[in-house]
Amino acid sequence: MSRLLRPASRIVSAASVRPVVRSAFQSFPRIPAIVQSRGYAKESGVKEYTVREALNEALAEELELNPKVFILGEEVAQYNGAYKVTKGLLDRFGEKRVIDSPITESGFCGLTVGAALAGLHPVCEFMTFNFAMQAIDQIINSAAKTHYMSGGIQPCNITFRGPNGFASGVAAQHSQDYSAWYGSIPGLKVVSPWSAEDAKGLLKAAIRDPNPVCVLENELLYGQSFPMSEAAQRDDFVIPFGKAKIERAGKDLTIVTQSRCVGQSLIAAEALKKKYGVEIEVINLRSIKPLDIESIVKSVKKTHRLMAVESGFPAFGIGAEILALTMEYAFDYLDAPGVRVTGAEVPTPYAAKLEDMAFPNESVIENYAKKLLRL
Amino acid sequence: MKTSLPRLVRNGNHRPSAFLRTLHSPRWSSSLSQRPGAAGVTFPGAVNSKFTSALTFEHPSTYPAIPTYRCTSPDGHLIDGTIAPCPDGLALAMYENMISVSIMDLIMFDAQRQGRLSFYMTSQGEEGTCVGSASALEKDDVVFSQYREAGVFVQRGYQLGDFMAQLFANRRDGGKGRNMPVHYGSKELNIHTISSPLATQIPQAAGAAYALKMQRLQNPDLPPRVVACYFGEGAASEGDFHAALNIAATRSCPVIFICRNNGYAISTPTLEQYRGDGIASRGTGYGIDTIRVDGNDIFAVREATLKARALALKDGGRPVLIEAMSYRISHHSTSDDSFAYRARVEVEDWKRRDNPITRLRKYLENKGLWNDEREAEARTRIRKDVLKAFGEAEKELKPPLRTMFEDVYEEMTPEIRAQMGELREVLDTYPDEYDVGEFEGGRDSLEK
Repeated sequence: MSRLLRPASRIVSAASVRPVVRSAFQSFPRIPAIVQSRGYAKESGVKEYTVREALNEALAEELELNPKVFILGEEVAQYNGAYKVTKGLLDRFGEKRVIDSPITESGFCGLTVGAALAGLHPVCEFMTFNFAMQAIDQIINSAAKTHYMSGGIQPCNITFRGPNGFASGVAAQHSQDYSAWYGSIPGLKVVSPWSAEDAKGLLKAAIRDPNPVCVLENELLYGQSFPMSEAAQRDDFVIPFGKAKIERAGKDLTIVTQSRCVGQSLIAAEALKKKYGVEIEVINLRSIKPLDIESIVKSVKKTHRLMAVESGFPAFGIGAEILALTMEYAFDYLDAPGVRVTGAEVPTPYAAKLEDMAFPNESVIENYAKKLLRL
Repeated sequence: MKTSLPRLVRNGNHRPSAFLRTLHSPRWSSSLSQRPGAAGVTFPGAVNSKFTSALTFEHPSTYPAIPTYRCTSPDGHLIDGTIAPCPDGLALAMYENMISVSIMDLIMFDAQRQGRLSFYMTSQGEEGTCVGSASALEKDDVVFSQYREAGVFVQRGYQLGDFMAQLFANRRDGGKGRNMPVHYGSKELNIHTISSPLATQIPQAAGAAYALKMQRLQNPDLPPRVVACYFGEGAASEGDFHAALNIAATRSCPVIFICRNNGYAISTPTLEQYRGDGIASRGTGYGIDTIRVDGNDIFAVREATLKARALALKDGGRPVLIEAMSYRISHHSTSDDSFAYRARVEVEDWKRRDNPITRLRKYLENKGLWNDEREAEARTRIRKDVLKAFGEAEKELKPPLRTMFEDVYEEMTPEIRAQMGELREVLDTYPDEYDVGEFEGGRDSLEK
């Protein structure tokens, strides 16, 4: 559907034309060196990957490994993908495995769901998840529920993927986070990668998983580089669902977050350490459904303070779920009420300064953490 | 009572009275009996279908392609003698409107490349479809557009300043800085604000047309009005298009569907977009009056739209489909480089071979209404006007701070009102910390 934005949503991807005006307020957080080096051996095996390259490699490997896998979506073949995630795949795997669709989300999503019900393992690319709204009935009422309603005789091994959440200057109809939407549906699995390793491991796991999985990527992360360990470069690398990753260990506050907000939270944590010497633990959820409540509870038992950071709308969101679960399982360990940092309760505005204020950034996260820690 | 009538009649042994037959004939067909040798039986789903003993499948290739109507030859002569020539003043105005759009497109495309706005979409090659069709509509008619219809806006009276205010999201922007560039809209001109998701406007247009029809049934003093709905051939692949045409036909909505078939949906050529005879063939499938016109012939578009409007208002209302054929000379948007998927020479060919602006120019020159001198004068003047509007819009104040809190709901919620109060207090407490001079009304817009 929505292609207009089909077009518009490409703004960020058109690297050569990054608008000068907007770059002033669009901060692309770099990961602090200290975080980048943590956990990785420095031997020559570690390589820099952009998230885009990681996703591309994951798709190529799974196409190579399993003849049942194919990719279908708008502009995925000839044009190499609206965000170039499927670059080179048409040339390598041919037009039977990498397929362009007419502009009809409900049509091509329904087609891929049908192919999955018939035993193939399709990867359905949405130019952005905003456009998947036109096909949400296929995702929820057919993909997520048919296995259950057919008495278990119709598996639906399908992967829905594409950028999710806000981008830059694409206004309300193209700036929405669907984590909570899909996360609430029994029968679906939902993952939300941050780093290149996350992207590769989770996408490969999604394609292999026998259930329908939504892989919620982030347009603003596609061009960002991350170190990729030697293990992650192998074609058998997968990240298990339902396991969060502690990106930074700490003892004073637990920040639970996902996708792009992981990087922002790490920067805020680093800044607070420099200014006040506090140690903040940052948990990268990786998987929205199933949700790794165990890791969160374990961390809260250590830090006694909880903050959930996400870029969705505040009401009924991922943050709300995290706080509710922590209240149920770790209430007695909390020294202060948990806090949510989320997007603003407003349809995302276009105007640059308003858009900037509509979502959490490093300083907002820092300020709320300061308040919570009474610094 | 009303619904039980037909059953009562069908179950009885007597034939329905003439009165009842008239009353209900459009809703049901009575005869199940088939006379010997009858050519067909009135199946409720295909009342006029005849029996055949030849087992054949219908295929689009067995039918000739729907012809493309044009009334102006490529060298600018009227070739349809049945139409009244367009008044000279209007022809000149339409010409200037087309070049205004094309000049504005060039300037704004470059401005986007310089980073002065985030996004823009040009309509090179399709100025004729937009300006020509809009010239046939009345001011009270309602327009739903997609995103490549700047010509419709210009023709309906949207000013250069209005375009620029929207593009730069300043205080004069009707959308108050909340929408992406090119998502214009105007209450005065009866044009619904452009919405990004593709094709959603098509069923909405059918609904708006239904509302216009109902309003006029209730109050016959209202002027007859139609809805004009624009979309591309790519959007016609969306389910919304099909739902819209069917419901508009069955509910007899006075709506003109105007499809700009420009050959490309971003990078997808029409050959991969559909397999039938364009979009027009779908219209007849839904039982809708349909015409295909040459979108490079502005008079053909205008005449077709005039006739379509009359048709749409006939007998209480009905939908009409116009498929205007053209070629998208521009890139899809500023986020697209179309030379990645089509040859530069193909684009240059179309640009030279046929284009709505040069064809109208030839017509005007043939009539002695236009020449090189006037062309140069008009282009310089319009360019100056565009740049002036551009400069003013860039310097214009931003919308009031208050608009940050407005319009999420019809009325401000108590929470939002409290937030606004909080902001006002912050500004009052630290007046030197915040420069609110660039917003219309400054701090005072936050009162009450």
